[in-house]
Amino acid sequence: MSQTMVSVQSLRKHYTVHKRPPGLRAALGSLFRRIPSVVKAVDGISFEIARGERVGFLGPNGAGKTTTLKVLAGLLHPSSGEVRVDGHVPQRREDAFLKKITLVMGQKQQLLWDLPPSETFALNRAIYEVPEPQFRDTLAELTELLELGDLVNKPTRTLSLGERMKCELAAALIHRPQVLFLDEPTIGLDVSMQVVIRDFIKAYNERTGATLILTSHYMDDVAALCPRVVVIDKGVLSYDGALDELVRRIRPEKRLVLRLDGPVDRTALEAVGRVVSTDAAGVTLQVPQDSVNAAVSRALATLPVHDLTVENAPLEEVMSELFAQSRAARGEVEDAA
Amino acid sequence: MSVRSTVRALPTLFRVGFAEMVAYRAEMLVWVLATTMPLIMLALWSAVARDAPVGRFGQEDFVAYFLATFIVRQLTGAWVAWQLSFEVRTGTLAMRLLRPLHPMVSYAVENLSAIPLRLIVAFPVAVLALVLTGAQRLPRDPLLWGVLLLALLGGWLITFLANAVIGTLALWTGSSIKVMDVWLALFMVFSGYLVPVELFPPLIRGAVEVLPFRYQIGFPVEVLTGALHRGAALRLLLGQWIWIGLFVLGLRIMWRRGLQRFAAYGG
Repeated sequence: MSQTMVSVQSLRKHYTVHKRPPGLRAALGSLFRRIPSVVKAVDGISFEIARGERVGFLGPNGAGKTTTLKVLAGLLHPSSGEVRVDGHVPQRREDAFLKKITLVMGQKQQLLWDLPPSETFALNRAIYEVPEPQFRDTLAELTELLELGDLVNKPTRTLSLGERMKCELAAALIHRPQVLFLDEPTIGLDVSMQVVIRDFIKAYNERTGATLILTSHYMDDVAALCPRVVVIDKGVLSYDGALDELVRRIRPEKRLVLRLDGPVDRTALEAVGRVVSTDAAGVTLQVPQDSVNAAVSRALATLPVHDLTVENAPLEEVMSELFAQSRAARGEVEDAA
Repeated sequence: MSVRSTVRALPTLFRVGFAEMVAYRAEMLVWVLATTMPLIMLALWSAVARDAPVGRFGQEDFVAYFLATFIVRQLTGAWVAWQLSFEVRTGTLAMRLLRPLHPMVSYAVENLSAIPLRLIVAFPVAVLALVLTGAQRLPRDPLLWGVLLLALLGGWLITFLANAVIGTLALWTGSSIKVMDVWLALFMVFSGYLVPVELFPPLIRGAVEVLPFRYQIGFPVEVLTGALHRGAALRLLLGQWIWIGLFVLGLRIMWRRGLQRFAAYGG
């Protein structure tokens, strides 16, 4: 059995859209002449994902993450390039392929709106041909992990967003897929529900060895779930590797987060490191990675430290820095052209 | 999904589909009320035929014809064009495409699941028709009963397939509801829904013979009311199933090509 679960080579997905400026004149004009424009949603990306890996797709809105995910799930036909998921060509949508995957979209649902989720589970059992004993075991396991309880017997429309997402996940996993495509699964959920969903996804991956590909704008999701990230911006791959390495590369400095027993003069703080923020809760200083030990010693010696922690820069900051660097690099290329 | 697997899944699909229809029963009732046009036509044409028959249609003939039309309409309804057009526009078709079951099978099951509820309405009308017009109009030839069953199935299939073809157009146009409106307007005129096809002038009747609309309503109604003899019924049955074949072929081609354009909007 090959260790590669997902293989993407030079994937392109281009759309033709018709542009029209606002106004009546433009509207009338578009009746006779439409101005086509090609949108390069994905523009030549390549990567491979091993069996059982957890990978986060990161990028700003419109970067091409969801398009890539939809191509991998067989919903979109690539404009060019080669895509394989466990040896299958996704857009052929063979039964064997569809039974191996699931796609959960935070903004779309498969649950039947006016019926209890248990009816969607039964429907999926029949469609995916899940044997009855396996269905019972899987459902019991999912009910325990997701704490579904009696939720499955209430009409979907009466469930809260968080409850619905838990049931969506259960419906998507009834057939025990080997590849999970998760597109913003925690969108709109409160913090505690995000943690529940995150913990469940991680537990599912560890129990079953399923491959997991996640897109999320919540960096906490990515940090908690994905040791590896693939960063896409404007349809182009700008980073593929370990999350820690990305942080080290973009923001090599460390953060010293201090809680102090009393007020301190700013110059005393600046003697330890660059001041990032100060507030009632404490002080955050930035220091070069190779000076962390010295900075910690100086802080303990010269400041009234109550508590001290050393952290990486927040992932949000790392990502916006990375996107800014990508944009600058593209600008230079375009200027040169 | 193989045919065998699909057949195995059908009982659950129909059970869940029926549960959904029960949940939407109020909407279903509104649809039934919207299909009472044959009953209005019944009153209108009966009044016209009070003094003298219209063609071969006397008052009782019109009563039998339009009550049968109402029943056939209840049994051959489909709304997949609206479903498909909406799901293409919003991208929710994606959820169907992710399952190992052809979306057309799931649409067909959902549409067919409405029939048991509609039968509750159609059955009393059938009894009323028997009381008002007697059983002598019903076909006496056993073969014609077989033809009637196939004609009803064919009527539903043409309605469903035409809906599906028009819904699939949304993969190119973004929405195909207006095309469906045009189809419905033609259906109203040429299917025998408002006027029995026999009463059309010869020139228009010639066109109706080759169009698919009559096979949706008029043909099953004509068999049910004993208006057709064996030869004519079999000839029309052949015409109906040729149309079904053409629609299946057209749908297969359009579906395959259209899916390549599917943009799975949203999410």
